[in-house]
Formats: sequence, C-alpha cells, structure tokens
Amino acid sequence: MVAIVDYGVGNLFSLKCSFKAIGEDAAVTSDKGEIERADRILLPGVGAFSDAAGKLYESGLGDVVKKCAADGKPVMGICLGMQLLFEKSFEYGEWEGLGILSGDVRPISDVIPKGLKIPHIGWNSLDIVKDSPILKYVKSGDFVYFVHSYYAANCGGEVTSTADYGAPLTATVQQGNVFGCQFHPEKSGDVGLSILRAFCEV
Amino acid sequence: MITKRIIPCLDVKDGRVVKGVNFKGLDDVASPVELAKYYSSHGADELVFYDITASAEGRAIFTDILTVAASSVFIPLTVGGGINSVADFDRVLKCGADKVSVNSGAIKNPSLIKEASRLYGDQCVVLSVDAKRVGGAFRVFARGGRDDTGLDAVEWIKRCVDDGAGEIVLNSIDTDGVKGGFDIEMLRAVTEAVGVPVIASGGAGKTADFINLFKTLPKVDAGLAASVFHFGEIDINDLKSEMAASGIPVRLRR
Repeated sequence: MVAIVDYGVGNLFSLKCSFKAIGEDAAVTSDKGEIERADRILLPGVGAFSDAAGKLYESGLGDVVKKCAADGKPVMGICLGMQLLFEKSFEYGEWEGLGILSGDVRPISDVIPKGLKIPHIGWNSLDIVKDSPILKYVKSGDFVYFVHSYYAANCGGEVTSTADYGAPLTATVQQGNVFGCQFHPEKSGDVGLSILRAFCEV
Repeated sequence: MITKRIIPCLDVKDGRVVKGVNFKGLDDVASPVELAKYYSSHGADELVFYDITASAEGRAIFTDILTVAASSVFIPLTVGGGINSVADFDRVLKCGADKVSVNSGAIKNPSLIKEASRLYGDQCVVLSVDAKRVGGAFRVFARGGRDDTGLDAVEWIKRCVDDGAGEIVLNSIDTDGVKGGFDIEMLRAVTEAVGVPVIASGGAGKTADFINLFKTLPKVDAGLAASVFHFGEIDINDLKSEMAASGIPVRLRR
C-alpha cells in the first residue's frame, strides 16, 4: 500500500486516481500509524514552500516521513513534495526543509536565460543522466508535465534526470530509497504512470 | 525542450458535449468522459472543460462528470464556466481540475484573481478573455462575448497578471468561428505585454493555421480549439507531426 501523505496542502484526488489506474492500492492519509505501516510513502505538495514546510512540522508528519526514509522504506516526493525533502529553500526567504536529501531549492531565474517565462510550465523532455529504479520504463526524450519556479540545486550526485529549459533543471533525484520528481507524474500521461508503477516496484 | 501545447476545449451543457462530434471507435460522441479519454490518448497535451450550463442542476451534473473524467485522464485539466468566487474554485478543484479559468467572474469580482492565486497559486489561475476590435482598440467582452465592458484588453490582461493570473487564454471574437486562422495581431499585442504563457483561441480552421501561429508568434505557448477537433477536421496527432516537421517543438508519443 502507498500512503499519500495528506498534510493539508493541495489536491490529492488525481494522485490517488493515478495509483488506482495502475492497479496499486493507495490511501490519502494523515494518520501516522497508517503511514508507518505503509509499504511506500508519497509526499505530494503544491503552493508555497514555507507554508507547506510549516504544516509538515506542525502536524508531526514531517518526522514520520523522515523516520520512514531512515528505516529504508521507499519514499517519493512530487513537485513541492520533492523540494521539501532537501535541506532548505530560498523561496521568498530561507526556509528549512526535511533535510532527507542533501541540496537546496533555488529560483530557476538564477540559472535560466532572461526572457524565458517563469514558471516553467508545460511538457518538457527528460534527459536521463543516471539510472534510477523509478526511471526503468522511461527513455531520454520522453515528455512529462512541469509547473514550477524553483528547482533543486547543489545536489550533484543525486540528480538522475534533467529537463532543458535554457539550462538543465533537476527533474528527478535519488538517494538510496528516497526519490523525487519535480514534474507531475500524475499529469504526465503514460510516461508519468510508468514512473509511479516503477516506484511501486522498488 | 519545452513544447507548444495543443488543447481541445469541450463545451459541456447539462452533462453533454455541445457541438456534434463523430469519431470512429467512440460509442458516445457527446459523452465528456469518453471524449476526454479519446483526446488524452490521441495526442492532446491538456484539456479544457467549459461548463456552459445555466441551471443549478446542470452545474451539479457537470461536477459529477468532471470527477469521472478527472479520475480517468492523466493530463492537465482546466475547468471554466461559471467561476465567480473562491467557492467555485474549490468546487471544481475538489473534482480533479488542475487549473481554473475565470472570465466574466473576474470582471464582476475584481478581487477574485488575487484571492484565488493566494490560496491556490498563480499556476492554478487562468484568465480567459473574449476580446474584439472596437474603434481600433481591443476591447474585453463579457457574458460569452455579448457585453462590451469598455475595458481595454491589453490593460485588463496586464492588471490580471499583476493580480496573479498565471496563464492567459485569449479568444478573439473577430476570428472565432471564421476558421480563417488565429488573430495574430491581437495575440501579438498580448504576448508583448505579459510574461506569462498565452494560449491562442479562436479561428483555427486547418493545420496550417497552427503552424502559422507558432511560426509567426514564437511567444505563444499553446493553441486551443473545439469544433475542428470535435468534427475530426484536424487529427491532433497528425497536426503535431506536421508541426514537428515544420520545426515546432511538440510532444510526440513514443
């Protein structure tokens, strides 16, 4: 069973439906016991980093996710959920993340050429830079759907794929049993569903 | 590389897609759910569901259908029509919409875009504008293009982007339904004025119209159309192959 961690940020309807579509049991939950008992943890998130990080800490769910990651359980963050796995973010200030992954979150305006639109929104292709179990059904050149203005930086060794938006932006990361997707697999058609399927096979 | 998006728009009234459609292999051509699945597996990059129902019952049917469609289609889904308040945003987001499109509602309620973008993020708020030439200027029309609001379209769009609109759908009333191509002049004025993605709507009649749009205005991010797709006059996969052959970046299925 996949526990989709519900800490009061964003809409989890599509994520739940996409696991159903690939025949995987998934529950949207804020129950600590249920999350700890799950086989896999999915950390979603949209919106502002500071707000989401605050809710994760206040609810105590951030600590549960950390514990699961430390116990070796497969954990995957999606979009803002991935960004929260890092040490800190520079989104409107400086905010502490869960620190499960080393690296930080910075504005894409730091690295992309002037004149490109922000947010980076739409379908972009992946360049796989390192094998990773969640990419086992994905090839370089496959398209996925992005919506973001910040990206994971200084995480050199952990980047498994990037997307070119005037600069290579971190698309997926892995450190052991912990994974992250900057894009939305639940909105990325068959390619996205294949990533969720691969996560369920980790 | 980021691609140009092709977006079919489904006008839904009392739970059925308006504008007759005729596809091989589609049993119920007026079913929003069946049509959404069809498009999502035939190259559409995104879908727009537009609720043109006026009654409360129609609205309830719409949200039910939206829920079913959203649970079986895994590409971005924008919902518009009858969005006048943050409660309306909440209603359609809970049914699985990813973005919400506001039109007349933003004119009636000037704080709507600000409130909604603060709650759900700019990426969630799409401003849809029906514009038409009046005395040499582009004017905003409300209520499905019936009422001249007196607002200058470029000024209105700039103000809404400042308030937090994350994307613009610009529908030219002048070219809509004519099938003679998109309104390049109007789109140019808007793409030069704002830095958020602009989706062109109104006037697509053939494949060349899309190619001309993206070649002439590389700043336009997406093309939206309804009847040319619904009537099968343009097949989205064929369109995207031709766009790719013309050097326009598109998402092709592997």
